[in-house]
Amino acid sequence: MSTSETLHERDIVDPYRLGRAHAALHGGREYATGHGEGGPASKYVIVGYGFWIFLLSDIVMFSAFFAAHAVLQTATAGGPSGRDLFDPSSIALETACLLVSSFTCGLSAVATGARSQLWVQVFLLITGLLGLAFLALEARDFAGMVMQGAGPQRSAFLSSLFAVVGCHGLHVSAGLLWLGTMMAQIFVKGFRPNILRRMLCFNLFWHVLDVIWVALFTIVYLIGEGR
Amino acid sequence: MLGKLSWDAIPWDQPIPLIAGAVVLAIVLAVLAWVVIKGHVPYLWHEWITSVDHKRIGVMYMLLGLVMLVRGFIDALMMRSQQAVAFHAAGYLPPEHFDQVFSAHGTIMIFFAAMPLVIGLMNFVVPLQLGVRDVAFPTLNSTSFWLTATGALLVNISLVIGEFARTGWLAYPPLSETTYLPGVGVDYYLWSLLISGVGTLMTGINFVTTILKIRAPGMSYLRMPVFCWTALASNLLIVAAFPILTATLVMLTLDRYLGFHFFTNEAGGNIMMFINLIWAWGHPEVYILVLPAFGVFSEVISTFSGKPLFGYRSMVAATLFICIVSYMVWLHHFFTMGAGGSVNAVFGISTSIIAVGTGVKIYNWMFTMYGGQIRYTTPMIWSVGFIFTFIIGGMTGVMLAVPPADFQLHNSLFLVAHFHNVIIGGVVFAVMAGLTYWFPKAFGFRLHEGWGQATFWLNFVGFYVTFMPLYIVGLLGMTRRLQHYDVAIWRPWVLAAGVGVVILCFGAVAQVAQLVVSIRRRHELRDETGDPWNGRSLEWSTASPPPAFNFAVLPNVSGEEPYWQIKRRAIQTQQLAAEPDYRPIEMPRNSPTGFISAFFATITGFALIWHIWWMVGVGIAAAYAVFVWFAWRDVEEYVIPAEEVARADRERRRARDAWLEANVRTSAPA
Repeated sequence: MSTSETLHERDIVDPYRLGRAHAALHGGREYATGHGEGGPASKYVIVGYGFWIFLLSDIVMFSAFFAAHAVLQTATAGGPSGRDLFDPSSIALETACLLVSSFTCGLSAVATGARSQLWVQVFLLITGLLGLAFLALEARDFAGMVMQGAGPQRSAFLSSLFAVVGCHGLHVSAGLLWLGTMMAQIFVKGFRPNILRRMLCFNLFWHVLDVIWVALFTIVYLIGEGR
Repeated sequence: MLGKLSWDAIPWDQPIPLIAGAVVLAIVLAVLAWVVIKGHVPYLWHEWITSVDHKRIGVMYMLLGLVMLVRGFIDALMMRSQQAVAFHAAGYLPPEHFDQVFSAHGTIMIFFAAMPLVIGLMNFVVPLQLGVRDVAFPTLNSTSFWLTATGALLVNISLVIGEFARTGWLAYPPLSETTYLPGVGVDYYLWSLLISGVGTLMTGINFVTTILKIRAPGMSYLRMPVFCWTALASNLLIVAAFPILTATLVMLTLDRYLGFHFFTNEAGGNIMMFINLIWAWGHPEVYILVLPAFGVFSEVISTFSGKPLFGYRSMVAATLFICIVSYMVWLHHFFTMGAGGSVNAVFGISTSIIAVGTGVKIYNWMFTMYGGQIRYTTPMIWSVGFIFTFIIGGMTGVMLAVPPADFQLHNSLFLVAHFHNVIIGGVVFAVMAGLTYWFPKAFGFRLHEGWGQATFWLNFVGFYVTFMPLYIVGLLGMTRRLQHYDVAIWRPWVLAAGVGVVILCFGAVAQVAQLVVSIRRRHELRDETGDPWNGRSLEWSTASPPPAFNFAVLPNVSGEEPYWQIKRRAIQTQQLAAEPDYRPIEMPRNSPTGFISAFFATITGFALIWHIWWMVGVGIAAAYAVFVWFAWRDVEEYVIPAEEVARADRERRRARDAWLEANVRTSAPA
């Protein structure tokens, strides 16, 4: 890796210094005053920021599914309700897998900071295996429900349940594909600036999957268990 | 093997779509043949199809929007002519065809005409006004465009292969469920909007990031031109609203494809939830369209009044006020749902309040003109025509915001007249103004003034003759989407609207004539200096057309009207600013990623519509392959050497110097 390709400290600095409007007054050396006069931001900031905007839009999409589920939660059409269907131990296990995977994903970011090829690969691999375990458990839950005649066609409640949980599951699956591609890229190309930007985005994505799961756990399973 | 697709999908017994399809196919093939024979394929591929330059993408968006505007207008001609003859008669369009025509008209006009035209203007103008070289994610920008084109293509394929939705442009269930419409019409609707919706969402992300993170040094938020502010508000709305559309359409898709029960009549489905969700997107959508339109008028009126925009900060505040409140009014689209008096009152009041923001803007535009040296060029008369027309549309909107009145006017032609009044009078007039205003920047020559004025007057008069009768006939009780009718008092008004649409037709012809005449006389209409209108913002400081890198050096901004300042300084000192120190410039490399993704998206979409499952698999696998291939590339940028930058910029400076020589130095006192 040539020196021109390494990421310099200044590249990850946000020239807008959000929330630091008075730095200049207090002896800071920043020209930008917090009103956006500092010129174009660095690529690292631009990519991270844009990806955050995408994640927010994704959260809006999930909120539409959550709203639909909230409306339809009691529309069981004489079929089974959440209380009849949910298996708390399985859901607890799924939650554990996902939360631990978020932790290991964070460790992979730490390893990236230390530029350790080995530990990045190890932590990403663990993250991916936990994600796979989560998906397998979820698939088992879904299959079990369909077996007892409680598939998405049974009632509007089950339609919205399968849709919102399935949408999260699809996100995890896409995340796993991305994770595999990411591991290959880091292995082949090393810690280039563009790879580092992608690691940042991947980490954000994976953590947001966790955030969505917390909402799912609360709205779908905790509240649904009481209905 | 081919799912539901068979030879019966082509409507052999219906001459209208067959002939229309054949004509379109002949035109497309002729253009393709001309391109191939003349050897333009490499040029098109390298300079346009794979281009990630925001200016090129903007032009392609405009072209797509204009073509689709014509397509949607032909649908309008069919509807008006059908209603002109279908008095006590069946007319020439059978009901199932008429229903497809009005559904396609609405879908095409909003998603594939208005949206591309507005996004095209933003693409071309925003980076130039911000004084930077491109948007945040250039390849994503190209992908957005091509996915939008995919949606437009799928809708148009439905003309000859299969059918389009017979549901109206929002596909309300339960009519749009398989129980009532088992055909492929609604599926065409769903997949074209889902695919193009992804493109629009990515545009929103791209532009929010661009405007908030990439601006010339010194351009603080309150130094951005108002068009950039309105583009920011519009794209924030895209980011917040389009995911709701995607989610809603996915739910309907699940109902249709996998037997879910989100919106069905049975098993607990909730139809009104669809209406709520779709309008939670739908109302912000009209502001997504009209806010950039307000931005265009702000730029045009300020330039041609020779004055800074009156009340810049109140304009920014009004824009953001509208941006937020537009989220809190959606229920006024269905006051008749029966949510109760207090809910209706809340939404009635919030709808009336949003008019306050627009009112602030109207006064600001009028005060900008007050005391100015007004030049009534084509963009300016579109803007003045807009002010008159939009006030009428806004006031009928406030009428509709009153729930008791809305119970009478709901689904009548009064409503149809209202939203055409604000969308044509607001968005289309703005697009025409913006097109004429920024055309010389894009192509280096102005559009012909006489034909521009003719286009305006024909469209202005045509608009009033078409839609004022619809207000009246709506008050007389005529509902929308009638294939035939037998009420005698409606008849004269319907015929008057028919006359109006003929005038609009002449307006469209005049618009095409303007383009043809301007291209033929481009040498006399040439814009040498890059500043044909005596403009005030940064896009006029670069050459026309701008070089790929837009600005040789990023401008240093120290006020609200940076280019006006630069010009004043040049006139005072009677010379240009000192030549800058030219550096090599890194620019993003072209990429076919967008085109290839859209190619596979088209195949996947078509396969999903016709239930060709193996082809769906192929399409998705190919999409993933494109993603990996793109991610694997090593060189993302190319470098333009400093000499090349210097050569381009010196040419621009020579033209400016010649202008100074001719206009300032000679007339200055000795």
